[in-house]
Amino acid sequence: MQPKLNGSAIRRQSFLPALVLLAVAVAVNFYLQPNFFRPAVLSGNLRTYLPLALLAVAQVIVVIGGGIDLSLGAIVSLVVVVMVKAMGDNAETAPLGLAIALGLVTGLVAGLVNGVCVAYLRFQPLVTTFATSFVFAGAAIGVLPSPGGNVPAVMTDIYRANPLGVPLSIWVIALVGLAWWLVRSTRFGKFLFAVGGQSFSAYMTGVPVNQVRLFTYVIAGFVSALSAITVVMGTGTGDPLIGSPMTLGSVVAITLGGTRLSGGQGGMIGAVIGVLLLGIIRSIISFANVDTWSQTLVDGIIVMIALAGPGVIRAVRALRSNTL
Amino acid sequence: MSAGQSVMETDPQPKPLANAASPANAANAKRRVQLNPTLVALLLAIALFLLGGLLQPGFTSYAQATNILRVTAFLGIVAAGQTLVIISGNEGIDLSVGALVTLGAMLTFRLVNGHNELVLPVLVVISFIGLVIGAVNGLGVTVLRIPPLVMTLGMTGVIQGAILAITQGNLTGATAPVWNQLIARPLLFDMPGVVFVWVLIGVAMWVVLERTPYGKQLFAIGTNRTTARLSGIHVPFMTVLTYALSGLLAAFGGAVLLGYAQNVYINLGTPYTLPSVAAVVMGGTLLAGGKGSYFGTMSGALVLTLVTSLLTTLQLPEYARQIVYGLILLALLSVYGRQRSLRQ
Repeated sequence: MQPKLNGSAIRRQSFLPALVLLAVAVAVNFYLQPNFFRPAVLSGNLRTYLPLALLAVAQVIVVIGGGIDLSLGAIVSLVVVVMVKAMGDNAETAPLGLAIALGLVTGLVAGLVNGVCVAYLRFQPLVTTFATSFVFAGAAIGVLPSPGGNVPAVMTDIYRANPLGVPLSIWVIALVGLAWWLVRSTRFGKFLFAVGGQSFSAYMTGVPVNQVRLFTYVIAGFVSALSAITVVMGTGTGDPLIGSPMTLGSVVAITLGGTRLSGGQGGMIGAVIGVLLLGIIRSIISFANVDTWSQTLVDGIIVMIALAGPGVIRAVRALRSNTL
Repeated sequence: MSAGQSVMETDPQPKPLANAASPANAANAKRRVQLNPTLVALLLAIALFLLGGLLQPGFTSYAQATNILRVTAFLGIVAAGQTLVIISGNEGIDLSVGALVTLGAMLTFRLVNGHNELVLPVLVVISFIGLVIGAVNGLGVTVLRIPPLVMTLGMTGVIQGAILAITQGNLTGATAPVWNQLIARPLLFDMPGVVFVWVLIGVAMWVVLERTPYGKQLFAIGTNRTTARLSGIHVPFMTVLTYALSGLLAAFGGAVLLGYAQNVYINLGTPYTLPSVAAVVMGGTLLAGGKGSYFGTMSGALVLTLVTSLLTTLQLPEYARQIVYGLILLALLSVYGRQRSLRQ
C-alpha cells in the first residue's frame, strides 16, 4: 500500500525527486561554502539563475503542449540586441519604455512564427524551431554584430533591488508562479494538458488543438523576452550570442524537474527547481577544488546522473518485481 | 493517427487507428511515392550547381566539383549514423555526433602522433570508443528511458568535458603523413580519397539497410515498436546497436576529418551536428522513423554543402548565411516535414 501511495504522489508532484536532489545539493554547497545562506550571496545566486529560470518556464509550457522549442535561446539573443539597439547611444536619454515594448513585441512575433509553423503548417517542432533558431540568431548578429550598447544604470540597479526586503528575482518568480497558477485554472490550462497528452482525443472532444499549440509558442516567445530583459538588467550590455547556450539548459532543467518531453505533464515548479539544481551543481563544482580542466567533465557527468536518476530507480524496481 | 503524428510523442500502446488503411491514406501514399526525395534532392543539387556557375564563373569547374564532393563527404559520413538513429524512430536523434567527431579527431591526432604504422590500430581503438559511447547513449534511451534528444545532448557535455580533461587545453599530436595522403590528396580521377571512403560507406549502408536482417528490423522498429516486439524483434538491443553504430561512424568521421584538416580544435565537430540532421531530413527520411534511405541522406548532404558554398560565393555576411540556412530548412520542412492533419 505504501509504495502505491508514494507512486501516485510522485506522479502528481513529478518535481519531488528533483526537490530531494536540490536539498542534497544545497547541503553540499553549504558545506563547501559556509556563507551560502548569507542574503547577499543568496540573492546574487538567484540573480544569476533568473534568466534561465524564465527560459525554462517558457520551455515547459511548449513541452506540456506536446512540442519543444529549440529557438528560445536565439529569441533571447534577438530580444536583448533589439532592446539595447533601441536604447540608443546615450544611456542618459535612453527610451526605456520603448526598448522594453519593442523587446516584448519581438519575442511575441518570434513565438508567433514558431507557432504558425508548428500548429498551422504542421511542421515537425524539433527541426522547425531548430531552423528558426538560425533565423533569429542570425538576425541578432545582424542587429548588433558585436557585444556592446549603453544600458542605463537604473536597469541594473533595479535588478539588484530588494523591494520589501525580498530580492527582485524572488518577486519575479512569485509573479510568474501566480500567473502560471491562474493559467492552469483557466480553460486554456486544461486544454494545454489535454493537447499535450492526447492531441487526437483532445481534437475529438472539441479542443481547439491548433490554437492551443499556437498559444504555447507565443507565450514561450513572450516569456523568453522577459528572460531577455533580465539578461540585459543582469549584464548591463547587449551580446548577440548570449542566448544560444541557454536553450540546452532550459531543456535539461525541465527534464531534471520531472517534466516528460513527450508532453501532457509537468509544471513550472519543476522547471524552476531544475534550474536551481543546475546552478547549484555548478556552484558546488567551482567550490570543490575540481581541477579547472575537469570541471566541464564533472558537470556533464553530474547532469547525466541527475537525468538518469528516475530511470535507475524505475529499472531497479522493475528488476525487483520481476525476480519476486 | 499514425505513430508519426509527432516525433516528441512516445506511446508504446498501438492506437486503434494506427494501421487503418483508409482509401484516403492510400491515395495520399500514392501521391507521395511519386515525389522521390532522393531524386528531388539530386535535381536540386544539380540546379544549385548550375546556379552557382551562373553567379560565379568557375563554380562549375571540375576542381570546384571535387572540392564540393570532398566537403560533402565529411558531412555524409557523420550523417550516416544519424540516418540509422532517425530511422529507428521513437524520437530517435543523435546530437552527440559533433562532439564525437571532435573526440575522434583529437584522439587520432594524439595517439597516432605522426606515426604511419599507428594509423590502423588507432582507427580501431577510436571506432571502438565511439561504439561504446554510442552504446551508452542507447542504454540511456532504452533502459533509463531518457529522451534521445536530452540523452545525446547530455552526452555531448560529457564528451566535451572529457576532451578538456584529457587535453588540459593542450591539443598536441600530429597527423600521420600516410593518412593525410589517403584522405586529402587526389587518389583517382583527381578525387581525394575521402570521396571514395564515403562511396564505400554509402554502399555498405545500402547493404546494411536493404540486404541484412538488421536493416529489416530497423525499419520495423521505426515503423511500430509494438508490432516489431510482437514479431520477435529485440527492440532494446536493436536500439542500443543503432546508437552504437552512430557513435562509431561519428568517431570514425572525426578521424577522417583529421586526415584533411591535419589539426584539431575544440569545436572542430560542432558544426556537423545540426547539418547531419538536416541532411537526413532533406533526403526524405521521416523524422518519425521507419522510412528513409542513406542515398537520400547523401543527396541531402550534397544540397546542404552546395547551399553553403553558394552563400559563401555570394559573399553574404555570416549572419545572413545563418538566416538563409534557417529559411532553407523551413522550406524543406514544408516539403518533407509536414505532419498529418488531425482531421485526416
